[in-house]
Amino acid sequence: MSEGIGASVKRKEDRKFLTGKGRYTDDINRPGQVHAHFLRSDVAHANIKSINTKAASAAAGVVAVYTGEDIDVGGPICGWVVPNRDGSATHEPPHPLLAKGKVRFVGDAVAVVIAESLQQAKSASELVEVEYEELPAVVDLETASAGAEIHEGMAENRYFDWELGDEEATDKALKSASRVVKLTVRNNRLVPNPMEPRAALAEYDDLNDSYTLYTTSQSPHLTRLVLAAFMFQIPESKIRVVAPDVGGGFGAKIYVYVEEAVCTWASKKIKRPIKWTADRTQAFLTDAHGRDHINNVQLALDSNNKIIGLRVDTLANLGGYLSAFAVAVPTYLHGTLLSGLYDIPAIYTNVKGYATTTTPVDAYRGAGRPEATYLLERVIDQAAREVGMDQAEFRRLNFIPKDAFPYQTAVALQYDTGDYEPALDKAMEMIDYKNFESRRSEASKRGKYRGIGVSSYIEACGIAPSAVAGALGGRVGGWESASVRVDPTGTITVTTGAHSHGQGHATTFAQIVTEKLGVPNSSVELVHGDSDRSPFGMGTYGSRSLAVGGVAISKALDKVIEKSKKIAAHLMEASADDVEFKEGKFTVSGTDKETAFGEVALAAYVPHNYPLETLEPGLEETAFYDPMNFTYPAGTHIAEVEVDPTTGVVEIVDWAACDDFGNLINPMIVEGQVHGGIAQGIGQALLENAHYDENGQLLTASYMDYCMPRADDLPSFKVECTNTPCTHNDLGVKGCGEAGAIASPPALINAIINALSPLGVSDMSMPATPETVWRAIQNAQARAAE
Amino acid sequence: MYSTKIVKAENSSAAVQAIGSSKEGKILAGGMTLIPTLKQRLANPDCLIDISGCGLEGVEDKGSSVRIGAMTKHAAVAESSLVAKAIPALADLAGGIGDRQVRNRGTLGGSVANNDPAACYPSAVMALDGTVHTNKRDISADDFFKGMFETALEEDEVIEAVSFKKPEKACYMKFPNPASRYAMVGVFVAKFSDGVRVAVTGAGEEGVFRHSDLESALSSNFSEEAVSGVEVSSDGLMSDIHASADYRANLIGEMTKRAVSS
Ligand SMILES: Cc1cc2nc3c(=O)[nH]c(=O)nc-3n(C[C@H](O)[C@H](O)[C@H](O)COP(=O)(O)OP(=O)(O)OC[C@H]3O[C@@H](n4cnc5c(N)ncnc54)[C@H](O)[C@@H]3O)c2cc1C
Repeated sequence: MSEGIGASVKRKEDRKFLTGKGRYTDDINRPGQVHAHFLRSDVAHANIKSINTKAASAAAGVVAVYTGEDIDVGGPICGWVVPNRDGSATHEPPHPLLAKGKVRFVGDAVAVVIAESLQQAKSASELVEVEYEELPAVVDLETASAGAEIHEGMAENRYFDWELGDEEATDKALKSASRVVKLTVRNNRLVPNPMEPRAALAEYDDLNDSYTLYTTSQSPHLTRLVLAAFMFQIPESKIRVVAPDVGGGFGAKIYVYVEEAVCTWASKKIKRPIKWTADRTQAFLTDAHGRDHINNVQLALDSNNKIIGLRVDTLANLGGYLSAFAVAVPTYLHGTLLSGLYDIPAIYTNVKGYATTTTPVDAYRGAGRPEATYLLERVIDQAAREVGMDQAEFRRLNFIPKDAFPYQTAVALQYDTGDYEPALDKAMEMIDYKNFESRRSEASKRGKYRGIGVSSYIEACGIAPSAVAGALGGRVGGWESASVRVDPTGTITVTTGAHSHGQGHATTFAQIVTEKLGVPNSSVELVHGDSDRSPFGMGTYGSRSLAVGGVAISKALDKVIEKSKKIAAHLMEASADDVEFKEGKFTVSGTDKETAFGEVALAAYVPHNYPLETLEPGLEETAFYDPMNFTYPAGTHIAEVEVDPTTGVVEIVDWAACDDFGNLINPMIVEGQVHGGIAQGIGQALLENAHYDENGQLLTASYMDYCMPRADDLPSFKVECTNTPCTHNDLGVKGCGEAGAIASPPALINAIINALSPLGVSDMSMPATPETVWRAIQNAQARAAE
Repeated sequence: MYSTKIVKAENSSAAVQAIGSSKEGKILAGGMTLIPTLKQRLANPDCLIDISGCGLEGVEDKGSSVRIGAMTKHAAVAESSLVAKAIPALADLAGGIGDRQVRNRGTLGGSVANNDPAACYPSAVMALDGTVHTNKRDISADDFFKGMFETALEEDEVIEAVSFKKPEKACYMKFPNPASRYAMVGVFVAKFSDGVRVAVTGAGEEGVFRHSDLESALSSNFSEEAVSGVEVSSDGLMSDIHASADYRANLIGEMTKRAVSS
């Protein structure tokens, strides 16, 4: 079947996006709509002595001005907490919708001005007088514990202090090791930068006492749940949340932010629809940032170069408020991945999460897993260098062998399946690893240092088995829902709780339907992103849409087929047990009787000849699917670079990626996801950095200073796959959305170190900007000259 | 942005008049710098004077120099066969500014008047011994640029054109800031019969400047080795989150070498 599972069907949704016909939140306008502008703190840390809104309220076009004192509903909540080492709980300081008494980062919302036009709202906001009593900013992660108190009563600015693994066994391994490899790495802070900035349009319906919120969300149902049950404390049925076309999220659009909540709250006060759309500056200042860890790593090796233990002590910068999944990212999405794809008998990790007076930090493409992979692949590389082994062979020696699955790691997860050597071998072949040294010497004749870097990664996707998430501190379930409605004419409408904001669900999910029901892709419509139109769902993040949402669709389709068989049996006067369904046709084994899927659909809705005594009419089924385990995509990426020693410029000359995503539904979309992920990882490794000055001002708050990867920064990627199908879901799929961003940064940094290792360079920080690289070369040359 | 009004001037004296009769009128050329400033509410002019109808566009061969109208777009300079023949380095420079959209709107006059310390054109005006022609006078390059975003222009002065002397040989080497792609360091080297001029942009705390040590070294020996013999000092160079003064000093040497050997 050319449009079923495994076909590279062109994306259905692209026509509308490429012709500029997408309908985003900001494209929607409602009668009587007014505009909100948020006055934001321009200092990082201060007590608010007074706010005077008189002049602003009287300004032209102003409908209302509100401050924190006016708000009578709660603020954003924390969706995941962990226990501290001493048994106490994560500190969850309140996060008011508008600052109350204090501001905690530059960009913190202090007041909202609502006016007939956006320009009027902006002009009036300049008339709001805020008197600040400035407090010392807390910016540096390493000294945050000694900084000024950010949240009342929160000692040492620490949100939590968590541990995982066996400390005693790990320390024993470190003591008995024949070599301990030590490394400190910093995972640089990133700004997510989806192309579409966040936006909200809230409307209150006086007759029903209910709200409609259009917003840029990756998980509209969760937004409704949090708004209704936790913030406003009203029945969930009183809020409808619609996330129409959304232009990218990368994690930043999972959470409920203060702006959409304030607009929703105020829409009832003023009884008019309120629109807010972030400009790029507000996006830089207020979209939850990503990463920002410091990891102290110790790896224990025995005399045969086998890894016998790993200890990782991590500091995580979580910013001025605790964002919804901020706690999960450095703990359960990070600590549990520290075994990588290696057989490591003893692992221990301690993670301390700190507040600083910076933008809150939360999940960003990969969320915790890139940080785990980065530190692990860096220390593995250093270990190979120290013991004088080839970087690929050192990894191979320590891989979990393929006959060891299911494999229980020392950090809670159980990998169901995998086979890591074929992906390594394939990637090495794709990049012609064995002839690298001749390329290195050819480059050196041109005055360039050439290097090759390997990164073998694993990730836990398909978030999440609810029972596991619950046991580990998660406050939501991890299942997904789907319903499949067969229309009388045989066309299909699929509703899903997953949300597409660039992933191509309309295409991929239709391919599952085509495969199972034999109808063409064009007969399948996907509905998502509207809490009133689809069953409750958890949304899209953590590479879960296919591995959880797609499987739910598959299960709903199975129910449709099961019922259809009964209808077909009746139509063909046979027993349902004898009915077979294949390629859109029902047949009775051993006879030449057949009936088409379309006839069964029609019979279900025009039940003139129908077993009404035993079967309901209609053909519409819903399934909820909660996964048994995470899925574990894994693979190897290899980067090859050339460094110009005169400027420090790194050119990526080749890239090979070989990933095991289990079964592929649409290989073209998978390849696109890998490309995008690698591009973001290259951004992190070479270009991107959220830079704060000591006063807590974000110096990189525009594209003049924050460097996003552009097409000409990237090489052509070679992308291939291996396949060990997931053992515990019906489709055998694992998920591919984050892999590229997880695998790529260490491959690139390892390649740069490899290039410069003849000079004695053994460390490189991210982003490896031209100056950073040039300086490392200068320092190495100075050391050599001594 | 704040609301303001736009006046379309028919010639440069009308433009000057419009400035005079406004409180804080501003000339609007390509708008690539001015409009973003307005959108961010960093400026609040009561009047914008659009000079696109003033007939200030075009490239002219003046024998020993090339005269380019202030409103000539970067793209037009990049594509001009006259410029490509007379001063190919200048066409290259214009073709490397920003992106296609910026090159189709941004103008020579706007770039020179703005004197952004990281802009490309000021280095060409300096190295090619240029002259800025205004409605009032002719200003030599060495007198025109007065430091970051500062020029010799008076309130009621409009740039009409810029003349560039034709060199024997010239090259502009730009090391782009990875984020903005403006010059982190840009070096314009121009060889004339009576000596070499080297102008550096992107690096100086006071904006574009001529590097006298490099000029004298190259005037006596136009070679990479001559550049290697010059110790480029980091004194007076910018240090920011993108590059330290040391690194910029290194880039000045490197870009000069590349310009000389190209
Ligand atoms: C994304 C982007 C990338 C860029 N990259 C580069 C780059 O790589 N290199 C580079 O050099 N530049 C770069 N620029 C700047 C670009 O060259 C601008 O076009 C230029 O700086 C301003 O020209 P403009 O015609 O748009 O002037 P405007 O924005 O219209 O005006 C700029 C200023 O000059 C004044 N002015 C304009 N014309 C005159 C005149 N004739 N007489 C007196 N005053 C006048 C205006 O009043 C205003 O103060 C970039 C700009 C953008 C937006």
